[in-house]
Amino acid sequence: MAESSLLRVNNLEAWYGESHVLHGVNFNVQKGEVVTLIGRNGAGKTTTLRSLVGVVGKRRGSSIYKGIELLSLAPHKVARLGIGYVPEERGIFSSLNVIENLMLPPAWQAGGMEVDEIFSLFPNLKGRDNTSGTRLSGGEQQMLAIGRILRTGADFILLDEPTEGIAPVIIEEIGAALRVLKDRGITIILVEQNLRFAASVADRHFVLDQGKVIDEISNNTLDANMDRLNRYLGV
Amino acid sequence: MADIFGVPITVLLGQLLLGLINGSFYALLSLGLAIIFGMLNVVNFAHGAFYMLGGFAAWFLFSKLGLGYWPTLIAAPIAVGILGIVVERLLLRRLYRMDHLYSLLLTFGIALMLEGLFRHIFGAAGKPYPVPPSLMGGINLGFMFLPMYRAWVIIVSLVICILTWLAIERTKLGAYLRAATENPALVQAFGINVPLMLTLTYAFCVGLSGFAGALAAPLYQVSPGMGSSIIIVVFAVVVIGGMGSIGGAIVTALALGIIEGLTKTFYPAASSIAVFIVMVLVILIRPSGLFSREA
Repeated sequence: MAESSLLRVNNLEAWYGESHVLHGVNFNVQKGEVVTLIGRNGAGKTTTLRSLVGVVGKRRGSSIYKGIELLSLAPHKVARLGIGYVPEERGIFSSLNVIENLMLPPAWQAGGMEVDEIFSLFPNLKGRDNTSGTRLSGGEQQMLAIGRILRTGADFILLDEPTEGIAPVIIEEIGAALRVLKDRGITIILVEQNLRFAASVADRHFVLDQGKVIDEISNNTLDANMDRLNRYLGV
Repeated sequence: MADIFGVPITVLLGQLLLGLINGSFYALLSLGLAIIFGMLNVVNFAHGAFYMLGGFAAWFLFSKLGLGYWPTLIAAPIAVGILGIVVERLLLRRLYRMDHLYSLLLTFGIALMLEGLFRHIFGAAGKPYPVPPSLMGGINLGFMFLPMYRAWVIIVSLVICILTWLAIERTKLGAYLRAATENPALVQAFGINVPLMLTLTYAFCVGLSGFAGALAAPLYQVSPGMGSSIIIVVFAVVVIGGMGSIGGAIVTALALGIIEGLTKTFYPAASSIAVFIVMVLVILIRPSGLFSREA
């Protein structure tokens, strides 16, 4: 089973300066799956994503993607394998307008979406080409952050809390977009605090606590495991 | 002859022209300084030394190797740019994660060492460098005589500044640069080789100051101190325009050159401090600079 994994994360550790944040994270992702990383604030969810794309200082352990060790790659080589990263703070550039933001990441693989397709997925972005990226609302910036990754042909997308601080209507739109991506066979790791949203798109959930994966729950058995999950999340 | 406030108009225009030429050099230097600060977060005190190196490279290629003016004008900045690559790769790169102060001290040290070295080898006196035959003579504008070489300096500086500005504001490469200025880690996570981009940016910017040095050689003599005398004004330009604002640096440079020229006409004693008075006023009224984005 583990041999066929698209991504296999093994004993991943990471540091910010002196502080040791990840203490041996283990999980795997199959092709075409949507998995979530859930857990309390500070559990290491964001750091896990950041470690995979190499924007964390020091890392140890292993994360093998399509047979390639990501930890030994220079940070700019990760995206070239078709891994797209949508950061928590969205990372929209204020000195770039909407279309420049959208066109910024190079398309490293064939099969990326055309700009028109992105606009039909996220109609809010249409006709805003010359607006400065950060003039958009939070939800629109999130759409832009996802949209620009879809252009690159990435077939493995790391999404960090796309629903954080966003209006419910737009959360629905983002959820619908994620289901479209899933139907296209795109693999997604989603960091999420919003359990309802996570349940609406994911196949499996990994629970993180204190820099480790402490449990794995399949989405089918989510209802049966609700008590356990609420205990983990401290709700 | 017409007078303005008791100053003959030809004298005034002559000083304006001188101011515009000085402004052109300020622009070539402050443009690079602003880009380096924006992208690399480095206050490049060595910028004046690279300007001086450009002048010396031109002088060496011309008088020792017998290259003509035009090949020299191209080869000198390339040589300076290559030295810039070495400095960035071997030294500056190690300091990006640290406070500004470290790279400031490093580049200041590099400037002192280069200037001292050249003073030791070549002495403090200037080396003459002739105006190329194709740019000798001048144009009689009716109200004044415009030497060809000075016209060339103004035009080529403006063209280079405008092209650089356009490349940054209107091209894909420029979009990478602007984005990397804001969030280099994310741009790298998009698959762009940001460290390489930083090296080439530094090389291009110090190459620009090398170009300015080669361009200045026939106007001012080539001397070890030429960099340190211009760099202070150039820093004032960047502070006035707003650290990291590229368009602001160009406009401010030309405007300050003209202000200097005007001061020389009306009150010569104040001409060397005019720029700094403007700087003090700007810092008091708009501390982040006239053209900064955040203000």
